[in-house]
Amino acid sequence: MTNTAWEQLSDQAVAMCGIVYFLALIAHLVEWSLLRTVPVDAQVLVTAGSSTSVDESPAAKDVAPVASRARADKVAMFRRLGVLLTILAVAIHFVALLGRGMAADPNRVPWGNMYEFTMSGSFVVALFYLLLYRRFQLTWLSPLVVGFVVAVLMIDVIWLHERVAPLTEALSSYWLVIHVVSAVLATGAFTLAGMTSALYLVKQRHPERTTGYVGRLPAPRDLDRIAYRLVAFGFPVWTFAALITGPIWAHEAWSSYWNWDPKEVWAFITWVVFAAYLHARSTAGWKGRNAAILCLVGLATLWFNFIGINYFSTTSQHSYAAPDQPTMHPVVQTVVPRT
Amino acid sequence: MSEPGRGVGELSLRELLRWAWRQLTSMRTALILLLLLALAAIPGSIIPQSGVDSLKTSNWQSAHPKLTPIYERLQLFSVYDSAWFSAIYILLMVSLVGCIIPRCLVYLRAMRARPPIAPRNLGRLDDHTSYVTTAEPDQVLAHAAAVLRKRRYRLREGQGDALSAEKGYLREAGNLLFHLSVIVVLVGFAMGSLFGYKGGVIVLEGGGFGNNLTQYDDFDPGSLFDASTMEPFSFTIDGFDVDWLFTGPRAGMARKFVSHLTYQTSPSAPEQTYDLKVNHPLRIGSTEVFLIGHGYAPVFTVRDGEGNIAYQGPVVFLPLDQTFESFGVVKVPDAAPTQLGLSGQFYPTYAANDPRLPYSAFGDDLDPRVSMLVYTGDLGLDDGTPQSVYSLRQDGLTMLRNDKGAPVRLDLRPGETAKLPDGLGSVTLDGVQKWNKIQISRVPGSRIALGGVSFALLGLLGSLFIRPRRVWVRVRRDDGETTVELAGLDRSGGGDVMAELHELEALLEEKR
Repeated sequence: MTNTAWEQLSDQAVAMCGIVYFLALIAHLVEWSLLRTVPVDAQVLVTAGSSTSVDESPAAKDVAPVASRARADKVAMFRRLGVLLTILAVAIHFVALLGRGMAADPNRVPWGNMYEFTMSGSFVVALFYLLLYRRFQLTWLSPLVVGFVVAVLMIDVIWLHERVAPLTEALSSYWLVIHVVSAVLATGAFTLAGMTSALYLVKQRHPERTTGYVGRLPAPRDLDRIAYRLVAFGFPVWTFAALITGPIWAHEAWSSYWNWDPKEVWAFITWVVFAAYLHARSTAGWKGRNAAILCLVGLATLWFNFIGINYFSTTSQHSYAAPDQPTMHPVVQTVVPRT
Repeated sequence: MSEPGRGVGELSLRELLRWAWRQLTSMRTALILLLLLALAAIPGSIIPQSGVDSLKTSNWQSAHPKLTPIYERLQLFSVYDSAWFSAIYILLMVSLVGCIIPRCLVYLRAMRARPPIAPRNLGRLDDHTSYVTTAEPDQVLAHAAAVLRKRRYRLREGQGDALSAEKGYLREAGNLLFHLSVIVVLVGFAMGSLFGYKGGVIVLEGGGFGNNLTQYDDFDPGSLFDASTMEPFSFTIDGFDVDWLFTGPRAGMARKFVSHLTYQTSPSAPEQTYDLKVNHPLRIGSTEVFLIGHGYAPVFTVRDGEGNIAYQGPVVFLPLDQTFESFGVVKVPDAAPTQLGLSGQFYPTYAANDPRLPYSAFGDDLDPRVSMLVYTGDLGLDDGTPQSVYSLRQDGLTMLRNDKGAPVRLDLRPGETAKLPDGLGSVTLDGVQKWNKIQISRVPGSRIALGGVSFALLGLLGSLFIRPRRVWVRVRRDDGETTVELAGLDRSGGGDVMAELHELEALLEEKR
């Protein structure tokens, strides 16, 4: 296949996986709208895939047993459909990434610019969700994750799309693989943790709900634990990305391992906020609600670093975000007057 | 009852200090300091920093004359060296040390401690389970001890009807390792900024450099830097290659910069060669040489009104953007009858839809041209005040105009000569040379910082993934049946002890 063909394949795959994610989103929305008015204890299909008979639940009999049986089957069907569509979409998403990598000459990892990084990041979010789906019983996270990925892919295609292009010189390094892979993995984990923390806050605020989505969210304690597990995975990976491989690469490319470059500063801020989150979880008065808020703040700094800071500061040397700058380094910067 | 002479709640100095120390070393304070540190780092990412980009900072300062004095007073142009930023991280470090050292001592004691005695009522714990078996109580406890020992629990037996077990002691070790490593990282970082240096120099293709303070264009030493420790290496740039992209979405981008160096590690050492590339610095001893930029230096010959060569040689022009349109000035103090100054642009690939508005179409020097304005008068070089080599001081200079009053502009291709009006002389563009911006730095302590941060990561993994937990087993015999109670306590705040208890239960029942 030619490079152009690969690039076209990638573009088509992005569109295709966007559509499939969207169908998955609809399936999950149908699933949850069916449960909108059904009390929690009338629902025996809370766990994914396992279809226990309605008759086994005495509580279900009290609440219109026939109707709820049909409904329960429907819910289970749409749930399964949503997950299957997501699996399909993730597979197509992977093809899109592969196409980007193969379209470049020479072939390379598909995260050389904002468009590609966003595509990789949303892929990792969806993949993590699928991998953890069973282990953490993530049925309640489905609409959020799938909706997020659809939205991010739309933003990516509409605003960030770039043709396949060779890497700028500073990015041509094997650290591009190590540094960015770890950054993307941590971003994926933090994103899921942030969603879970947001749901924690919702659930904690409305503990009395016994129907619908909020009623079916896991107990705050469980949500807190899932968020913590995700951060516990993301934080060391982020440490590796931002504070080990980042400085090593910075040293090789820019001569100094820590330059207080805006991206570095914000990576550091993200690190500090998640460190604070970990401390907050074991500090009286900060547990629970405040820790969850910190998790969201940390996630906000992470995303701000990715997109927002580009609009506030132009001194960054992270050239993938500013393709119009001189490609090696803005040479003008350090020249001081001399006679 | 308060002591005579002081009111209720009044503290002596000693008590006050102790109270302050307790406050400072509390987790809550550490947490707030952490958040403050994150907050304090923000301004430096938005306001240009003089230590990061001095040119941008001075541009910003001249564009904001009202804010600049206020910002300067708040040290907002050097946030990361400022008193308030330093105060936060120093307090954080003190808090960390104050928290970690006592914890190390506690840990040393706890390492040898036995698991605590089983609580009286296991059912009161959040995580507990029980089952009934026909086995004898002693037998059950013996099985439980074997199972727990196999799962690497530390046991405390001999409590009659109960058994205590604990594991995950290394979590705290990881935690302590992490925090101690943070201090190591800071030490390494401090060494780099105190004893290290970073300097930049623009070297022409064919030109050379010797590692000596006087040779640098800009030099940023640490406060305890000693110039006599600089390694006496030298190098010349034999050639510089760039690969320009002519097609594709990134057309106009340059890649594969290679600077061909010949270097000597000391004046007496043999000559060696190295291809200096981006991401591939040259390491000489503990100093490293980086290629971080490139540009053009047009070569001028200026003849004055008397026909003498008043200036001859390359002049470094600084690129403005990716097209390498560059600006620069030529100062000719030796011209007679009056000093001359040229100021203008260099276009590596000249293009103009309107001849008054030329631009560079491409970064490669396919059709190079300079476009210079001419100034006469006093360049201001004699009074000793430093001035930039990239701008003319306008006070003593007048722009040269032709008969119609329009500025005289010299548009020259290589090899072309333009005569100046009024018999002031002529300017020739002899050719164009390339230059490289070379960054040279020595960062002592970077290995220490790297080691520190690696150990920090190791400690972090330990403190996040080792799950300390306590498990208790109690047996009760009634009517020929033994009730076995299991209870657990998660001490990490993230573990799922219930799952562990169910596993244990399954194992015990299996052994029954």
